[in-house]
Amino acid sequence: MKLGFSAADESFRGECAEWLQGQLSGAFADIKGIPNLVAKVERRKEWEQQLAAYRWSCIGWPAAWGGRDATLSQQVIFAEEYARAGAPGRINHIGVELAGPTVLAFGSEAQKARYLPGIAGGTAIWCQGFSEPNAGSDLANVRTKARLEGAKSQREWVVDGQKVWTSLAHFSDFIFVIARSEEGSRGPRGLSFLLMDMNQPGIEVRPIRQMNGEAEFNETFMTDARCPADAMLGAAGEGWKVAMALLAFERGVSTLAQQMGFRNELDAIIAAARANGQAADPVVRQRIARAEIGLRLMRYGAMRMLSNTDVAAIDGAALTYKIQWATWRRNLGELAMDVLGQAGEIAEGPGYEWSMLPNLYLFSRSDTIYGGTNQIQRNLIAERGLGLPREPRGDL
Amino acid sequence: MEFAFTEDQVMIAETVRAFFADNATSARTRAAMAADGIDDELWSAFASDLGLAGVAVPDTYGGAGLGMVELALVAEAAGAHVAALPLLGQAMCAQAIASGGCEARKSEWLPRLAAGQMVGTWAWAEKVEANDGRLSGTFRFVPHGAAAEVLVVAAGKESWLIDPSGDGVTITAHVTMDQTRPLATVVLDRAPAEALADGKAAIAGAQSIGWICLAAEALGGAQACLDRTVAFSRDRIQFGRPVGSFQAYKHRLADMMIEIEQARSAVYWAACAVDEGSEEAMLALHAAKSFCADTFTMCAGNMIQLHGGIGFTWEHDAHLFFKRARSITSMLGNGDWHREEVAQMIVGEQAA
Repeated sequence: MKLGFSAADESFRGECAEWLQGQLSGAFADIKGIPNLVAKVERRKEWEQQLAAYRWSCIGWPAAWGGRDATLSQQVIFAEEYARAGAPGRINHIGVELAGPTVLAFGSEAQKARYLPGIAGGTAIWCQGFSEPNAGSDLANVRTKARLEGAKSQREWVVDGQKVWTSLAHFSDFIFVIARSEEGSRGPRGLSFLLMDMNQPGIEVRPIRQMNGEAEFNETFMTDARCPADAMLGAAGEGWKVAMALLAFERGVSTLAQQMGFRNELDAIIAAARANGQAADPVVRQRIARAEIGLRLMRYGAMRMLSNTDVAAIDGAALTYKIQWATWRRNLGELAMDVLGQAGEIAEGPGYEWSMLPNLYLFSRSDTIYGGTNQIQRNLIAERGLGLPREPRGDL
Repeated sequence: MEFAFTEDQVMIAETVRAFFADNATSARTRAAMAADGIDDELWSAFASDLGLAGVAVPDTYGGAGLGMVELALVAEAAGAHVAALPLLGQAMCAQAIASGGCEARKSEWLPRLAAGQMVGTWAWAEKVEANDGRLSGTFRFVPHGAAAEVLVVAAGKESWLIDPSGDGVTITAHVTMDQTRPLATVVLDRAPAEALADGKAAIAGAQSIGWICLAAEALGGAQACLDRTVAFSRDRIQFGRPVGSFQAYKHRLADMMIEIEQARSAVYWAACAVDEGSEEAMLALHAAKSFCADTFTMCAGNMIQLHGGIGFTWEHDAHLFFKRARSITSMLGNGDWHREEVAQMIVGEQAA
């Protein structure tokens, strides 16, 4: 057990830091430190391509597909330096962290050649089509239908249905979808995992305005939407397995980059507390200390997840990670507003737009819902982690 | 960077887990609770068969020469059975001497402490009077104080070695809520005292190892509360179903696991940080002690609630965990104190 990094790792750190800081004080200085995930989309697409040009877009991938075969330590270091340099959130994080690893794990050589270069090259932005109006916590209750049509040489999937909470769909090039491909099937059986082009007449995207005023999520309507028959990962009817494997990638090294964002938010609260005198309040100090401790434990929890090579075992740190960070961040939002007081309720500009901390307060209410609510997380922890009996289902 | 146990560490963990599971039985622990809070047979097997009474004592002085990670593995396994052992005092006493003693004192005391030939403990007072090699003062809440055969006491920035059987030493054992680690009051009245060469280093060493020991015990205890309650919840049938299938019940168990996983990160982060001399070590120690104590308290309380009436009985072991958790929470600085230390590091200044 060892926390420190080797001399070689530290020299890699220097290399990362130098390149990142050079870019973000030079050609990409205009997108340094922007917190909003949907701001300056075009510039951030260019940033993805710049990362790719210098082979920094997906360093954990095999070199053959545009990565660097980076070790775990190197990936950790890159994530840390990326955030330290103030680089913006990855607009293609769904492509790089979810779609790409899933194609690497389940795709044929032909599929890898078709999809990976666009992700690694920063030219194909991806989004995720899982949730539906009636498939939220009960995700397997997917009703979007897929059927094969056409002559043998030109067979394609035809997809009809509605997806919801599709982050970044309005500027994505591809979407991965779970759709019911076996008529009459129910639950996790009979679903297929399809990779679809967003730029087609059968797909319509409508933004959903959130309680913080922004519109990061969308509804995605599919009416006779199409993709080739072989644009499918895993076997037909076995898409659930692929979807579940994909969700496991969400707990990868990217969690460390996410934590650096949390670090910035906590630092902003500490700075605000110093500025307005709240820093002397013993109760506020206790809450800040708890937040600091929680953040550190998140980091070392992630380190445990990443260092554990025994992927077969359901690791406790991995299973509890989502609810841990989501709850921590929701509490952080409350702390932020308690520190700011009523000043936090006044928008800075003329529009309904919020600076980092009030926005954290509002946005963090989604953290405990998306990607599996806290209640669903507790079910998973109890049933998979502790082996408790399932709640009997109300199957209709 | 490799935040996973080495093969040797896994082996130590398996060995100590099996040892305590086999030997630190409820019946034996309860027998010790009725006496001085030490299961003598367990202690001598631990010291001689396992050779782990001085797990972190350097091997040149007869110890196992291992680090805080290994000490934490031992304390975690002991804590899982609320073992009636003087682990905490022994570790703090030995570490105080190892960190602040001169060569002669180390050679004199460490081999005997590491072999478990004598029981040591550590005590703290706000104020003492020291004159001509004699010390006066009152030291309260000393763990296993009445059983100790050697004492390191500290006040301010100084530390002294005291012979508990010597002149001017009065030790009063107390009936203590946690009977597996009874507390005593040590009163010194011009008692012969030998100052350690570097009293401040002795205090720092003793506190570090003490915080890790308590945090790791709390982790092991919390995990045991969860494991035992999970086992109960699968067997106990109400309304025609195992009670563990009800969400109101299983979500509380899930909450325990969420805290325990963080506590596990805290203990081994702190242990590693101390072993590696990291800049984060103090922050990690305060985090680990406060977080793990809170986790254990929450889990032990849930254990009682989720067992229903049987969990409130003397016969059931739930109260042993509950009382140990309470003891750990207040010992060596409560949660608020540790968190204020963290606040001073990251926010700066002092509370108003």
